Amino acid sequence: MDWQALTLSLKLAGCTVAVLLPIGLLAGRALAWRRFAGRRLVEAALALPLVLPPTVLGYYLLSAFGTRSALGRAFDALVGHPLAFSFAGLLVASVIFNLPFAIQPMQRAFEAIPTDVRPAAACCGMSPWRIFSDIELPLAWPGVLSALVLTFAHTLGEFGVVLMVGGNIPGETRTIAIAIYDRVQAFDTHAAGMMAAVLLVLSLVAIAIAYSTQWRAEPARG
Amino acid sequence: MFHRIRRRLTDRLSTLAALAILIAVLIARGAHAADMPTIAAASSVQYALTDIAAEFRRETGRGVRLAFGASGNLRRQIADGAPFELFLSADEGYADALVREKRTLDAGVVYAVGRLVLFVPNGSPIKLDATLADLGAALRDGRLRKLAIANPALAPYGRAAQQALERADLWQRAEVHLVQGENISQAAQFAASGAAQAGIIAYSLTREPGIAERGRFVLLPACDHAPLAQKMVLLKGASATARAFEAFVQSAKARAIFARYGFEPPGARSAANHGATPAG
Repeated sequence: MDWQALTLSLKLAGCTVAVLLPIGLLAGRALAWRRFAGRRLVEAALALPLVLPPTVLGYYLLSAFGTRSALGRAFDALVGHPLAFSFAGLLVASVIFNLPFAIQPMQRAFEAIPTDVRPAAACCGMSPWRIFSDIELPLAWPGVLSALVLTFAHTLGEFGVVLMVGGNIPGETRTIAIAIYDRVQAFDTHAAGMMAAVLLVLSLVAIAIAYSTQWRAEPARG
Repeated sequence: MFHRIRRRLTDRLSTLAALAILIAVLIARGAHAADMPTIAAASSVQYALTDIAAEFRRETGRGVRLAFGASGNLRRQIADGAPFELFLSADEGYADALVREKRTLDAGVVYAVGRLVLFVPNGSPIKLDATLADLGAALRDGRLRKLAIANPALAPYGRAAQQALERADLWQRAEVHLVQGENISQAAQFAASGAAQAGIIAYSLTREPGIAERGRFVLLPACDHAPLAQKMVLLKGASATARAFEAFVQSAKARAIFARYGFEPPGARSAANHGATPAG
């Protein structure tokens, strides 16, 4: 059992959720309520990671992160190590491939809020920030929570992109999914079996939480 | 009324959860500051180097982090800026390429010489022989459906396997039956699991009980393929610990561990050329 890999995966998933929470709220809310030119195009682009093979994403990220690209060189100059094969690089990749998992459930949640609720609240003299925090967020909360849980679980399970941009470095980029692959190749079936079971249970719990938030949301709506 | 209270509560809980994640991240950050150099090494030395690193830790109290993979893959990752401090290739070519690109501190040194084996899993219809005669017959009569080798484009052991097959005039016939592991460890996994009826893999991996108990093997003559002289190079930015480990890999203790895993010492490449000792 590779505890270091599990810790790293949890850390990556936690960081991804932390980064995607504000991004998802802003983007999900804007896509739900704002009508602007190219909205469909933006939605399609954000859904792309759902259908794109991880190797395609991995290839582009590797090209963008490597020391041969301007972005890679700039990051190297600023931080002192390249973006590829580092935890920071993994986090950037993770945020990108989780965009649809975070944004889509939040967008659906905001779409479900009746459009006249906000003008009514504004009429009562509530500030936009208070409308957001006291009315919109509580109403959208089940969707937001399920987005966060899905993002967390999906990060734990991501393999292809991590394999390509991570490089299997213990404690830095060897996530639990990679560690299982690594242990299978090393004939350490015991450790591989343990870690597979841990991932299975974590995924099951995550899906259960995501589903239960949706069930609980229904009576509140009616 | 109650709904409102519950929503307030979930709001508080969400704030708490976010805080908990933040704190966990900060703790993880702090704990991660351990100073251990990362060593990139060919899959063929997976077990030997793990033992050597354990011995190094016992003697010096210092640790290294090991990352294994196909030499070609690791070489590319290093060119892309991967933070490795020492690279143990399974051949000379990938190490030399990094020397030419001025990514290394030294010209590199051969640390061990590897050998190939023909491995057949328990219950396989293929008979062991170092001339690959029965493998050829099995290809013709359909007993051999899948033959595992490492990807020749990434792994020196895969390239050597291809050379051995070419030398036995079996390559063209075998090509459609090949299953290619991404590295030699995965090729061994394919063969040992019984999913392939045979594999041409690294001798060093057959010393691992997990593989040894799953089949039998025979050494292939070293003259059937280009020598697997395995070279290591210190990469730019290597720390004192990485340098000490590089020296330790060349020590008598490490040599003994390499020998235990079936590696020949550097310089002994021609000595055992025709010594196809039956084993298994």
